[in-house]
Amino acid sequence: MNDRAQPTLKRVTNESGLEVQPLYTAADVAASSGDAMIGLPGEYPFTRGIHREMYRKQPWTMRQYAGFGNPADTNQRFKYLIANGQTGLNVAFDLPTQIGLDSDDPLAQGEIGRVGMSVDTLRDFEVAFDGIDLDKITVSMTINGAAAIAIAMYLAMAEKRGYDVKQLRGTAQNDILKEFIGRGTWIFPVEPSIKLVGDTIEYCAEHAPKYSPVSVCGYHIRESGATPAEEMAYAFCIARAYADEVIARGLHVDEFAGRLSYNFNIFGNLFEQVCKFRAGRSLWAKIMKEEYKAEKPGSMWLRMIAAGGGGGLTFEQPELNIVRGAYYALISALSGTQTMALCSYDEAYTIPTEYSARISLRTMQILIAEMGLTETVDPLGGSYYVETMTNQMREKMEEIIAETDAQGGIVKLVSEGAIQAKVSAQAYKMQRDIESGAFPKVGVNCYRNDQEDEHKVDFHPYDEDDARVQIESLNRVRAERDADRVARTLAGVGEAARAGANVMPAIVEAVKAYASIGEITQELVKVFGRYQEPIRF
Amino acid sequence: MNDTAQRRIRVLLAKPGLDGHDQGAKVVARAMMDAGFEVIYTGLRQTPEQVSRIALDEDVDVIALSSMAGSHLPFCRKLKPLLEANGLGDKLWMIGGNLPAQDHDALRSLGFTGIFPTGSKFDAIVAYIRENVRENVA
Repeated sequence: MNDRAQPTLKRVTNESGLEVQPLYTAADVAASSGDAMIGLPGEYPFTRGIHREMYRKQPWTMRQYAGFGNPADTNQRFKYLIANGQTGLNVAFDLPTQIGLDSDDPLAQGEIGRVGMSVDTLRDFEVAFDGIDLDKITVSMTINGAAAIAIAMYLAMAEKRGYDVKQLRGTAQNDILKEFIGRGTWIFPVEPSIKLVGDTIEYCAEHAPKYSPVSVCGYHIRESGATPAEEMAYAFCIARAYADEVIARGLHVDEFAGRLSYNFNIFGNLFEQVCKFRAGRSLWAKIMKEEYKAEKPGSMWLRMIAAGGGGGLTFEQPELNIVRGAYYALISALSGTQTMALCSYDEAYTIPTEYSARISLRTMQILIAEMGLTETVDPLGGSYYVETMTNQMREKMEEIIAETDAQGGIVKLVSEGAIQAKVSAQAYKMQRDIESGAFPKVGVNCYRNDQEDEHKVDFHPYDEDDARVQIESLNRVRAERDADRVARTLAGVGEAARAGANVMPAIVEAVKAYASIGEITQELVKVFGRYQEPIRF
Repeated sequence: MNDTAQRRIRVLLAKPGLDGHDQGAKVVARAMMDAGFEVIYTGLRQTPEQVSRIALDEDVDVIALSSMAGSHLPFCRKLKPLLEANGLGDKLWMIGGNLPAQDHDALRSLGFTGIFPTGSKFDAIVAYIRENVRENVA
């Protein structure tokens, strides 16, 4: 390939399987697919950024993932983060909420408020966002299986507080297909799950046109063992599945594609990640323009959060995760992301403390204030290496998409557990490589401390009493609400589901009547059934 | 090996509770299979009752849990009497995942003697099973 490579040098291949040369020149750019896809920021194919001025105009949104205990506890953490300069919120929900169980459900016991805030009814949303200006702070919600209900609660809460829902911004993760691959908060079988995502997109296109109802996540697929190229390629396959669902209902791509957003991971080799983002941006634009015949530039934009990095953090020498976090933030800034968030250094252990969450926030602020990352757009653009690798990453992603389509498409492969089996096999190989030292990891398989210090991590306290308080609050709402209205609106949810209609209007009505997340989920389960997991690994 | 006294070690690997993070469980399952064990992986969202019943039905030698979302103590408190009621008190009980050191004594006192927090090596897990499983299996 590259005759400048010295035969004595060891061959280097990145995680996506592309060989890395010791030197790149203009000849390498030309020998890949040339400079045809570079273009200018703000112009098709958007390799260099979706906006012309990018961070010169406005730095990335900083949106740390937060939520635990009761809505009141979470409200306090939100206010703390905002007071420290955070510009967006990303809500963590507890597992019962995420899979549509009320706090008094026997299956929820022991899990209430543990990994996120617990929500039963609209009342909990009212408490969680009390005193937060929803025009100034955009809210992202990490919820998938029960996303339709959470979106309904958010819109109802905002409307109740006097906001114009037509102008309301915000994001729901609502990417159920990746939950079947990794993360696992599914509720319904695959087909009705995709239908529900379609319902939210269709509903928001009409009623909340500035709200982003879906954030398609390569992130968790990467955490489950996918390579960076697969992370993005599978995410695009999933986004196409949602787009197809909505287009089949008669919507034009330009009516909704501008509100699709993405969530990607930032751990790993710096250059491979930056090229992944640049390549992905142009590939998504190409898919939207050529395959879906989108005309609006906004429909072609890969709007994203490039964040987290949890898969790269280590349990050993956790303070080193502060350093990794700084490099991951640099990757994110160089990627041209719209939103950034960092896993905190103690996150391999526990829910971040205020202290560790603030370090993550300050890490991003240092990039803006001191490091010049907002001054010029796509500062790595034009590097022979970065442009060559961007071209090669794009081709790799196109190969993976073509392969996925040839095997019957992402929905079929996820339903069968084939993608799960593939990424899990890769995760196993990676873990073997880490254990053998073939894949270096500082503090884990090299540069270990002779004597591991007692890890200096403060554990987030779990208050067993939170569950009691939450159940009492749910019981209070149940006693106060209009029981007839609840019964009527819940029946409406079931009727809409049985009729194959869009269930969102009925869910919104039920939510406004203070029907609970568990009650609404039950109505849907009666019609849709529950997912049965294929056991493949 | 048709000698039942020397059958392969059978491991039940379960995902307790609502936690959906199964990457760790799946890679450990592969490591155990590579070590020659038979692995019965439950998939997600198992209740204590389900884990206990499958362990009995499958006649396993090892009951291993993978817990990432913090509910290990309440889960193990419920599981212990169920396993004992099913006569599985003499099996090897293990747990891995996100398990703060401050909880290890409590887990041990509940009978989960094999504790493998994040960062544990495959070899250590496999060696622990080989050394501690009942002697009639290999």
